[in-house]
Amino acid sequence: MKYQLELQNICKSYGSLKANEDITLGIKPASIHALLGENGAGKSTLVKIIYGSLQSNSGTMKWCDQDYKPNSPFEAREKGLAMVFQHFSLFESLTVAENIILGLDGVGLDSDYIEQITKYSKQYGLNVNAQQVVGDLSVGARQRVEIIRCLMQEPKLLIMDEPTSVLTPQEVSDLFITLRKLAENGCTILYISHKLEEVRQICHQATILRGGKLIQNCNPQEHSKRELAEMMIGKKLINLARSNIKIGEDVFSINNLSKKSEEMFGVDLHDICLTVKEGSIVGIAGVAGNGQDELMHLLIGEKKSPEGVLIFKGKDIGKLNSHQRRQLSMFFTPEERLGHGAVADMKLDENMLLSRPQKSEMTNYGVINWQQVEMLTQRVITDFDVQTQSSKMLAQSLSGGNLQKFMVGRELIQNPDLLIVAQPTWGVDAGSENHIHQSLITLAEQGSAILIISQDLDEVLTLCEQVHVITAGKLSPAVDMQDNGLEKLSQLMVGGKSND
Amino acid sequence: MDELAIQIILGISVASVPLIFAAIGELVVERSGVLNLGVEGMMIMGAIIGLVVQYHTGSGLLSVIAAMAAGMLMASIFAFLTQLFLTNHVATGLALTLFGLGVAAFIGKNYSDITVTRISALHIPWFSDLPVIGSLVFGYDPLFYLAILMVFLVWWFLFKTKRGLILRAIGDNHDAAHAIGHQVIRYRVLAILFGGGMAGIGGAYLSLVQVPMWVEGMSAGRGWIAIALVVFASWQPFKVIVGALIFGGISILQLHAQAFGVYIPAQYLSMLPYLMTIIVLVSLRIGSKSNTNRTMPNCLGKVFHSTS
Amino acid sequence: MINIEQRTDSSAKMVILAPILALTLTAISTMIIFLWASLDVMNAFYVFYIEPLTGKYNLSELLVKAAPLMMIALGLSIGFRAGVWNIGAEGQYIIGAISGGAVGLYYYNVEATWLIPLMAFAAVLGGMGYAGIAAFLRTRFQVNEILVTLMLTYVAILFLSAMVFGPLRNPDGFNFPESRIFHDSATLPIIWQGTRAHIGFIIALLFAGVTWFITKKHMFGMQIKISGSAPRAARFAGFNENKTIWYTLLISGGLAGLAGLFEAAGPVGQLVPHLPVGYGFTAIIVAFLARLHPIGIVFTSLLIALTYMGGENAQITLQLPSSITSVFQGMLLFYFLACNVLIEHKVAFSFNWSK
Repeated sequence: MKYQLELQNICKSYGSLKANEDITLGIKPASIHALLGENGAGKSTLVKIIYGSLQSNSGTMKWCDQDYKPNSPFEAREKGLAMVFQHFSLFESLTVAENIILGLDGVGLDSDYIEQITKYSKQYGLNVNAQQVVGDLSVGARQRVEIIRCLMQEPKLLIMDEPTSVLTPQEVSDLFITLRKLAENGCTILYISHKLEEVRQICHQATILRGGKLIQNCNPQEHSKRELAEMMIGKKLINLARSNIKIGEDVFSINNLSKKSEEMFGVDLHDICLTVKEGSIVGIAGVAGNGQDELMHLLIGEKKSPEGVLIFKGKDIGKLNSHQRRQLSMFFTPEERLGHGAVADMKLDENMLLSRPQKSEMTNYGVINWQQVEMLTQRVITDFDVQTQSSKMLAQSLSGGNLQKFMVGRELIQNPDLLIVAQPTWGVDAGSENHIHQSLITLAEQGSAILIISQDLDEVLTLCEQVHVITAGKLSPAVDMQDNGLEKLSQLMVGGKSND
Repeated sequence: MDELAIQIILGISVASVPLIFAAIGELVVERSGVLNLGVEGMMIMGAIIGLVVQYHTGSGLLSVIAAMAAGMLMASIFAFLTQLFLTNHVATGLALTLFGLGVAAFIGKNYSDITVTRISALHIPWFSDLPVIGSLVFGYDPLFYLAILMVFLVWWFLFKTKRGLILRAIGDNHDAAHAIGHQVIRYRVLAILFGGGMAGIGGAYLSLVQVPMWVEGMSAGRGWIAIALVVFASWQPFKVIVGALIFGGISILQLHAQAFGVYIPAQYLSMLPYLMTIIVLVSLRIGSKSNTNRTMPNCLGKVFHSTS
Repeated sequence: MINIEQRTDSSAKMVILAPILALTLTAISTMIIFLWASLDVMNAFYVFYIEPLTGKYNLSELLVKAAPLMMIALGLSIGFRAGVWNIGAEGQYIIGAISGGAVGLYYYNVEATWLIPLMAFAAVLGGMGYAGIAAFLRTRFQVNEILVTLMLTYVAILFLSAMVFGPLRNPDGFNFPESRIFHDSATLPIIWQGTRAHIGFIIALLFAGVTWFITKKHMFGMQIKISGSAPRAARFAGFNENKTIWYTLLISGGLAGLAGLFEAAGPVGQLVPHLPVGYGFTAIIVAFLARLHPIGIVFTSLLIALTYMGGENAQITLQLPSSITSVFQGMLLFYFLACNVLIEHKVAFSFNWSK
């Protein structure tokens, strides 16, 4: 058997949109094979076809040299395929054991699955407690549950969809150990990602997709990160550089902010201190779920802060709501696009009105000036290269990258004195990422202050001259990036103590 | 134990049976992530169809089956619209209630002046003749025992079977359930039909046991109280019985109020079950610390669209 | 089998076509019911759908019935947009009628032009106050407003009965459960001589205009829409969630209360136990059929008023029970909800039975 799985001329289209066009590839047994591509390149569609959740319009597949045409994930699982989803397919109100049983066909509630779970978790170093409720678990632990669920089916091919996007560096290296062990034991792994460094580290083969078409099959170790990126986006990347950093007065400071979380699984914030100056970009790095969301709520003004804690240009803004804060030229881009920074079933021009400082003249005593709104929307669309048919398109019809550009652009055209942005490029394609980073740098060069909260260490390193790390609701002191910062930062990230 | 006390306890039990049926059905529906506000409409359809079949055939069994079928037929409209046509659960449920009340009244016009044979209490030789225990434990109609049995069955199904686990999983996260290959829509449709069947039987209990005749609008908000009961029970089957007894108790005590020397206009006493529902909902919230109800199915009332 | 795909934007053609399709399907279903009831289909169809559009009496009664529906539905549509489900407009309607009516009865021997405005004011306050209970419980205790407003409707019906049997009963009325009849200056001006059509219809039209302006041109309309679609985005935009709940419930309660008074001080002319005839519930259908659009509500309330008239006619001419009206209204809403899917989705029928 030359290939574990072979795809021949797979095509899938939705109306006029061709999600997959004539894709042919082979995956060797016991290899780790990467599927690389930007969002919308057709990776998910292809994987869904392989896993039986979708059926191709034409083309054939072979599994162990046999014809393979799954009509449902059940059939795929019967053959020995298993999949770990990007957005975990876990049930928060159920226990780990129940979650695992749900993914196993023909296993009832009475079988001795708990023993099995323990066996697999030992064998591959995947530490979980079978009786815990999934809602209480960390993201990394949830992923381990997913992997065990897959392994219990003793799969021959394990599909992993963007597995590292939510993991700490430590969790990532643990995962890689597990994946290598699996491959050694003869399990083939199809690894979907847009993180090039990882793919170069762990994968033997890579298939690059763009716009639904297969661009190239290659050995990722033989190409540089930049080369891979340019194959993915199909054009040259712009070099990012922060040339003239001119730091001025304090614009915004957080003084000893502590707040208990009101949510069931929320993180309490302890004694957070931070200052952002004119012309500077300050980053908050750290793994998701360490208090970033809670902090962002307070910064936006969706929840009120104690007195004297949030100071913007000498004024206590703790009690102001987000709209009042914007009047002072403080703007925000939250992490979640649909449902938070934008309303999915509203048009782009209507979404403009979420952020409407008086000076934008979009409203006058509450009466909307639609002409002005339209003009500003058009400006965002053109200035920030938002790919959309018109300003009347629903926000949900835009791709993640385009919507993100719209959301960042919406705030940037107001020339904010302070921009607070969370995960500016989360789930965004490389081209848009480049564009967004460039516009943030331009803003800082004009003298504005920027605070970035991001899990993406690369991003923080590229953009910020000062970085804090957030862990369990506590914020580290600022680390100056010019002064051998990376080393201190990595220590902080893995939980070590900072020297200062 | 004196005669009045026994009367009251019997009355409370009988008053709570329709609520148990409707609520246990809705509990399964909501556990699967569907919010069906059409319980009132399905109940009243059960009430009229049960009565019509009882009038024409005289067979209690047949009428209860017919009432269940009527409830399921109503539920199938809801299932069809919400599951296949992706309509809003709230709007569709309301439409179902209005439609059911209308259709039942339409059919009921021809049956307004008749009474039917009441489904009578079981008589178990020897047991039913025991003093006190005989009437309090063995003295009910068969549907009473069926209601209790259904609560047990639902509990067993939800927490002791794989399919029950899958149903709860679908209510928790329908996208995940779909992703690992469970048939979300099939489970939900079946749950909705079950809910309809139970509501239908609950309705039949009103017209075949409580008052063996047709009164327009005789469900009188019990379908809505049943929905509140599910919240009260925090989606736990056995708590439904507790809640139903409380509501049954209030509606019976109101009838006996004058026997206790309480002289208030009847209308104010009749308000009690409705006011009680509100009070219970409020006290549940005062009792719980968090804003979010952890036992509530996460996907409750959300429209599921499989390709997105 | 049936394949439903999300559209990227809603289809403008379908916005118009969906209600027409729903109407056609309802008409066909009606005919089937007529056939089943072995009636002369064409004649029944005429009685039900055409006759209400002929003659002064029928047309004026159409306005009488459309006015409360329109007013309540306008209020409800604002709440529904915000995801605030006030289902108990019927209760607020009753409380509005009682509180406004009580003012009229208190001044039963005073003839003055300020009386009707005062009654209207009391009715609005009454309706607002009653809906305010639900707003308070929702914002303070997170209690679901659907259940609260509904339970309060049953309470209101009983309260009305207690009032007309007790304090508000006509002292000279031979113990009948009804109030005094409102005198001339406590009744609404008639806009069409010789009929019962009253100024309430004009006022309802004015409210439709105001609601249209708010939803299309004012930030408050956007606030409601955003709060309904994405509560977190509403907070991001700086809107206070609790205020939105309060405003929408107060508006819908106030309008329902006013509609209740207009009914009592209009066509009915006194407080009676059978004052609530289900307008509060039917208005929900009106609002949905109009897709919550204020101008649409003007038309759908006339359409639903037509089904009431048709039902009444059918009762007199064809000896059909009047509840046939609710059957048709429910059916119309079902068809409409189903057809609505065409606006946001493409529906394709295919024969892949394996799925």
